[in-house]
Amino acid sequence: MDHYKLRVTKNRLTQFLVYLALFSALVPLFSILSEVIRKGFSTINFDFFVKPTPTVGEARGGVANAIQGTLITIGFASIIGVPIGLMSGIFLSEYGESKLSVAVRFLHDVLSGVPSIVIGVFAYALITRSIGFSVTAAAFALAIIMIPIVARTTEEALKLVPMSIREAAIALGIPRWKTTITVVLSGAKKAIATGILLSIARIAGESAPVLVSMGYWRWWFAGLDRPAANLALNVFIFAMSPFENWIALAWGSALVLILVVLGISVTARVFTRERY
Amino acid sequence: MASKFEIQGLNAWFGLKHVLKSINMKIEKNAVTAIIGPSGCGKTTFIRCLNRMHEITPGARVSGKVLFNGIDIYDNGVDPVIIRRKIGMVFQKPNPFPMMSIYDNVAAGLKLNGVRDKKILDAAVRRSLELANLWDEVKEDLNKSGASLSGGQQQRLCIARALAVEPEVILMDEPCSALDPIATAKIEALIRKLAENYTVVIVTHNMQQAARVSDYTAFLYLGELIEYGLTKQVFENPKHELTERYLTGEFG
Repeated sequence: MDHYKLRVTKNRLTQFLVYLALFSALVPLFSILSEVIRKGFSTINFDFFVKPTPTVGEARGGVANAIQGTLITIGFASIIGVPIGLMSGIFLSEYGESKLSVAVRFLHDVLSGVPSIVIGVFAYALITRSIGFSVTAAAFALAIIMIPIVARTTEEALKLVPMSIREAAIALGIPRWKTTITVVLSGAKKAIATGILLSIARIAGESAPVLVSMGYWRWWFAGLDRPAANLALNVFIFAMSPFENWIALAWGSALVLILVVLGISVTARVFTRERY
Repeated sequence: MASKFEIQGLNAWFGLKHVLKSINMKIEKNAVTAIIGPSGCGKTTFIRCLNRMHEITPGARVSGKVLFNGIDIYDNGVDPVIIRRKIGMVFQKPNPFPMMSIYDNVAAGLKLNGVRDKKILDAAVRRSLELANLWDEVKEDLNKSGASLSGGQQQRLCIARALAVEPEVILMDEPCSALDPIATAKIEALIRKLAENYTVVIVTHNMQQAARVSDYTAFLYLGELIEYGLTKQVFENPKHELTERYLTGEFG
């Protein structure tokens, strides 16, 4: 009986510690969210979504140009990063265990661990120094951040497609490459789409590499060789400003950014839930 | 030339493991040939060598000749993709493409090889499903997922899928081992029907099945061809002691 009581006590204690840990993990998350919503929500109105960044002294403005710039930048980054990541993932999963694939997998792991500011400096040295602070340079940096994420999720997704499905296609006299892009990729397309969306969510919030390679811009998009406004940088720049209405814009930008990332994550979740 | 295949000195390896040892045999046209033998004797490897599926496994290697209609399929100039279109395969576990409808499963081989004409595809799907004795059961549900069918239906769907590309040979790797007796009986009847126009090679664990469906039987043991002949002869009057011991259930 004593032994039983001891066991129950241990069980309760463990349970308590688990809940305590859970609670402490959730506190910062909810306090960030509630703070951003509380301070950001009052800024958000119709103008906020259709007007560009205000100039000094202008009372009201919005983040329309920042939303535009962010979408163009992450769109351009995806055009570079997604195909390369996808191809790397296909290579890792479909073309066997060679020394090259071991090396590629290792390099992807290294790449995903490199601090994003380092990637930003790399893009600065390689692109900004030749064509100037630009959307192109930022997209290049963000694409490099996307590649290992897309490659690893693609590899994992493709490995879940049973070998018997590939064999069925090959035995029908379908060439290997066609088997891969039709039968194998279609079996994994939802998981791959999820990986791509999550990588987009990740780069949408990047600020350091964007600041280093593209810099800050308060106007509308003016070309890929010029900078563009950016939501994450809005938060950084406006929060530092001395003006009350600009600080309010920082909170509003932060809220929009969180909503964009949340939207992408939820879309990704819905995609995964639909599987079978 | 009545033989569909003439196999000369066929050896196969997985890495260092020698799984088929100097196999010589002829496989007759428009007949059912059963490959029997205990687990691990190389039955599956043997039929995978007949349509060059063995080599897709990493580390797998083949030597010797497999003459198909008189041409060695392991010759340098031969494209394995073309060979596989002429020599279809049905696997142990039914493996319809899960993301495709019944119609698309059957049409897959043609579609992915560039056939676009809807009339040709419709006709091929119907012909193949009828040949596989599945048409009456699925004709209303061609747009449903192939995975929604029962196990036996899925296996007949896979047979229809293999037939749609109009092969000359159908290789079957224990096609009934995952099925119940009723589904098995249907597939066996289908195999007999297919033998009218196709050359069928079937690997089976089940000796009664070999006796029921095949014209010729080959007995493999530890990678060697021990006995090969007319099924009736092999079962009623085996020449080799090992064959007799296997058939009487002494080992297996």
